[in-house]
Amino acid sequence: MKRSNKPIFWSLFGAGGMLSALVGPALIYKTGFSSQALGYERALLLAQNGFGKLAILAVIGLFLFHGCHRLYHSLHDFGIHVGPGLKAAFHGFAAAGTLAAAVLLAHIS
Amino acid sequence: MNTITIECLRYHPESDAEPRFQSWPVPFTDDMSVLQGLQYIKDHLDGSLTFRWSCRMAICGSCGAMVNGVPRLTCETFLRDLYPGPVRIEPLNHFPIVRDLAIDQADFLGKLQSVKPYIIPDAEPQGTYLQTPEQMERYYQYSKCINCLLCYAACPQYGLNDRFTGPAALALLHRYNADSRDAGKAERMEVVNTEDGVWGCTLVGYCSEVCPKGVDPARAVNQNKIESTKDYFFRFFRK
Amino acid sequence: MKTYIRPMSGWWKRNPFYLWYMLREASCVFITAYALMLLWGLYRLQQSRIQYEEWRESLSSPLSFAFHAFALVLVVYHSWTWFKIMPKTLPRMPLPDGLVVVGGVAAVVACTTALMVLI
Ligand code: SF4
Ligand code: FES
Repeated sequence: MKRSNKPIFWSLFGAGGMLSALVGPALIYKTGFSSQALGYERALLLAQNGFGKLAILAVIGLFLFHGCHRLYHSLHDFGIHVGPGLKAAFHGFAAAGTLAAAVLLAHIS
Repeated sequence: MNTITIECLRYHPESDAEPRFQSWPVPFTDDMSVLQGLQYIKDHLDGSLTFRWSCRMAICGSCGAMVNGVPRLTCETFLRDLYPGPVRIEPLNHFPIVRDLAIDQADFLGKLQSVKPYIIPDAEPQGTYLQTPEQMERYYQYSKCINCLLCYAACPQYGLNDRFTGPAALALLHRYNADSRDAGKAERMEVVNTEDGVWGCTLVGYCSEVCPKGVDPARAVNQNKIESTKDYFFRFFRK
Repeated sequence: MKTYIRPMSGWWKRNPFYLWYMLREASCVFITAYALMLLWGLYRLQQSRIQYEEWRESLSSPLSFAFHAFALVLVVYHSWTWFKIMPKTLPRMPLPDGLVVVGGVAAVVACTTALMVLI
């Protein structure tokens, strides 16, 4: 019987689900409804600091992996049976977004 | 005595291209179950109505049907609670209809077999097995499954993809893996680890809501996602 | 044996339980879009102060407001369901299910309070 590679993506999905459940509501409130939040100086400071970089990468990367994994399952729920190609595209998209965030963070010093 | 309308989905393969509803007024008393309502129809109104039952006491698992859209054991669902009706009875969702309310269980029976639902000891047993109440508690709720298939009728993932091993078979798989007398976990993990094993589940969670026996298949399936993940990553260290 | 297989189309409308499930899953659209929005902000931050301020400006548009409002509702629902089912998704715990849920909700409250003060 063929072993599924879901454990990799499910772990990322789970980590993203946990992170978004914990910090999602507050983050969305702050970016959407609080004009004082995330001023340039503070945002820059955060993106320059090693721990801050890690936090930003985790939020963007894990949110993407969480969201894309569920999106792909939702297509199946709607009766659109995605093949392995499209499935790889969803996970690839999340990986590309994470990589982009990592590159941008590396450029901020 | 009150009367309630029972609408039943009917399908006779030799004459029907697709299922159709038929309804009958059924007189009932307070102590009558939906199953007894169906039996009244069969005995007095239409002898050709086909449905399965045996124990009439929620233990054989053969009388499951959709009652007003919800998977139920018809022998423990009472007409008085559905009054004034009408009551709509359909065969369990997601299964092929053989005739009227009788569904084809063959797919499930194959899956049940695939999870090896029996104790596989690691050596010839030497006398009585000893087990503490704590050890028993780890699998006890899963051992109460009566194979009624209500959980499959509740699971859209099974409806969308019938290769999915599904709630009861995975709960029973876990029942044996969690048993201290068993040593067959490695064999069963092969089923767990496949795309159509635990990974066919998106945790809709309705299976555990409808189970008439207090089994929590959603828990068995999702805890085995963790088991499968451990199995995936740690296999490289084990050898 | 001739059997009849019923179609699955529109299955989520058959039972309110499924609608709640679909609502939970819908949060993923917003979580993905939100991550992309943050990624865009990060790109603007890396460019310059002016560009970053433009991005922040765009956050107060009516479109952004509507997006955030929907996202907030769905992500709060995601958060609640995430911890409500946690007793089933975690490995076996020596705690009662209720305590696991309460612990999860308490963690959300703690994280929310901390972020409200910090950013
Ligand atoms: S787990 Fe419950 S609902 Fe499913 S077959 Fe067993 S007894 Fe029936
Ligand atoms: S007739 Fe046996 S469970 Fe209902």
